[in-house]
Amino acid sequence: MPRIRFAQALHDALAEEMRRDASVIVLGEDVRCGLMGITTGLVDEFGPERVLDTPISEAGFTALAIGAAIRGLRPVVEYQISALPYVAMDQLVNQAAKLRYMTGGQIRIPMVVRVTMSGAAGGLGAQHSDHNYPMLAHMGLKTIMPSSPADAKGLLKSAVRDDDPVIVYEDAKCLSVRGEVPEGDYATPLGRAEVVRNGGAVTIVAIGHMVHEALRASELLDREGIAAEIVDARCVLPLDTHTVLASVARTGRLVVADDSNSFCGFAAEVAARVAGEGFGLLRAPIIRCARPTVPVPFSPPLESAILPSAAGVVRAARQPMEAHMPAGKGADGCT
Amino acid sequence: MEAANVPARTKLLQAHGLILLRRMLLIREFDARAGELLASGEIMGEIHQYIGQEAVAVGVLAGAGAEALVGSTHRGHGHLLARGCAPRPMMAELYGKASGYCKGKGGSMHITSLEHGMLGANAILGASAAIAVGAAFAEKTTQSSRVAVAFFGDGAANQGVLHESMNLAAVWKLPVLFVCENNQYAISLRADHGLSVRDVSSRAAAYGFDGRSVDGMDVLTVYEATCEALRRMRTSSLPFLLEAKTYRYHGHFSAEAAILKHPYRPEDEESVWQRRDPIARLRGELLAHGFVPQEELDALHGDVRAEVEDAVVFARQSPPPSADEAFTDVYATEVAGLPDGVR
Ligand SMILES: Cc1ncc(C[n+]2csc(CCOP(=O)(O)OP(=O)(O)O)c2C)c(N)n1
Ligand SMILES: [Mg+2]
Repeated sequence: MPRIRFAQALHDALAEEMRRDASVIVLGEDVRCGLMGITTGLVDEFGPERVLDTPISEAGFTALAIGAAIRGLRPVVEYQISALPYVAMDQLVNQAAKLRYMTGGQIRIPMVVRVTMSGAAGGLGAQHSDHNYPMLAHMGLKTIMPSSPADAKGLLKSAVRDDDPVIVYEDAKCLSVRGEVPEGDYATPLGRAEVVRNGGAVTIVAIGHMVHEALRASELLDREGIAAEIVDARCVLPLDTHTVLASVARTGRLVVADDSNSFCGFAAEVAARVAGEGFGLLRAPIIRCARPTVPVPFSPPLESAILPSAAGVVRAARQPMEAHMPAGKGADGCT
Repeated sequence: MEAANVPARTKLLQAHGLILLRRMLLIREFDARAGELLASGEIMGEIHQYIGQEAVAVGVLAGAGAEALVGSTHRGHGHLLARGCAPRPMMAELYGKASGYCKGKGGSMHITSLEHGMLGANAILGASAAIAVGAAFAEKTTQSSRVAVAFFGDGAANQGVLHESMNLAAVWKLPVLFVCENNQYAISLRADHGLSVRDVSSRAAAYGFDGRSVDGMDVLTVYEATCEALRRMRTSSLPFLLEAKTYRYHGHFSAEAAILKHPYRPEDEESVWQRRDPIARLRGELLAHGFVPQEELDALHGDVRAEVEDAVVFARQSPPPSADEAFTDVYATEVAGLPDGVR
């Protein structure tokens, strides 16, 4: 299998889908030149009618994509930073997420919104460092966030083929990750988490670049005799609670590594689901490794003080190991 | 300049030329130095250099007066320095130090000094211009004569909130000078590929106020146009839209060349604009009229460089903020019950 960069995998997914289906179009700011190399070159192959540089009008071009999707195109919208969903919020939440329901199922909106460079790339300040992937899922939009090049390609392809709007978060800290990608056409189904490391002591559910932080953490934890099992959630919605619960059934302990605001966040959802559906499996309280709910400060020492990291995952994973709780039902509780 | 205006221009040159030149030089030197510091890894993140556009900030803010309230942009260093903000706390902000204007929490794209009437640089296009409209509204309610200056780029000109704000400012007769800095590009997008009109200023007509496009590479033209716009605003009680045609000499952000595979600007374009460089032009005129001797201009340049270097030393020597600063200034009053999480 060839080893390629995450950004290249996203590019390949777009190019292959555009080749396969002439109704797929790409639009957004600077997509013809492609600042991160993801959409670079698409205009040369597919022409300016299918690869459109938009004016800086996020609400307008998001609405345009919705309208075009209703009429049968498959637009892939790019937001070049994670602040841009805020500017187009009505279009995303009130329109894209609800029109099908409100029209009694008359409408389909097969559109993809790629939020690229999401999260804190480093030193970009409060308005360019949010990692708001739970936000639109909270309002019911399908939301995915791959961590590996193989998933980046496979999940983006599924998103393009999906008949609903799908929000794809491209974690800034994953864009240069390299990894093996299967040859040939494949699509990774939405809503399936993946166990990326086996271990019996504690389950770490992670998403986006926190998967890599958790993998680094697991090596440090090994030295302390704590064998971590790591589950890459891959999708926020649909959320694969089955895989998570099965892992917790093996370990009895759960840490959620979530580089987003902890208040009402992704980790909160995972924790609530496990507490609600797998209470008897737990031998210790669930621990969240997440951002405190403050804007991201510019100053480098302040920024690193609030962002979760491998060291934070290690600290989080020690806590349930030290906690004393009456043993639950263990593996018997999960079917 | 038309012949009839020459004496007026000469008068302006004599009265204000040197101070305008100093401010433009300060911006250029500050941003050139900041670019070097970023490239060497001494400062973090990104900066958007104002180099090439100095005549706009300096001309507009000199014309608008020291009382004007200013909404800046992501490319804000020029606005701040033109306004008289100090290089030391600005540079310290780029270093993320506690002695920065925003205690290091803002960074390049968010430098703010309310004390100077600087409502803030902003990383969201169009946002600060729209907020400046609110500042003008507040002034109007107190019968003050202060105006607001709302800067935005040719790219931001297509942002919905700006259109809403221009309409609002007109309907409620607010004293806002909208200033579009048309530097020909929004990152890689040529202005004429994003704009429905050739002159952004022509959009003012849609909102029922006046607009004008001027040569943004000439500080005296920008200064005069600003003074004239403010006179018009006073008589009409309406906003005004001034467009300055200008050019950024460097990449959109400083690391651009390293990231982009293909240049999006024609090779000779920058040199065409460089021939109209606002600093060279003003310096040349001052010399030609004999208003300032060469030695004084050289000394001025040396002073400005020393001021920037002093700011760098100050920033380097300043302590970083303590880690708990990450949790202060979030709310004006205490909020309980927020999870802190393990990090
Ligand atoms: C609402 C919004 N959309 C997109 C961006 C990303 N972005 C930052 S600067 C920029 C181009 C801005 O162009 P212009 O307004 O002409 O200002 P210039 O950079 O040329 O000074 C873009 C697209 C942003 N910061 N905010
Ligand atoms: Mg521009």
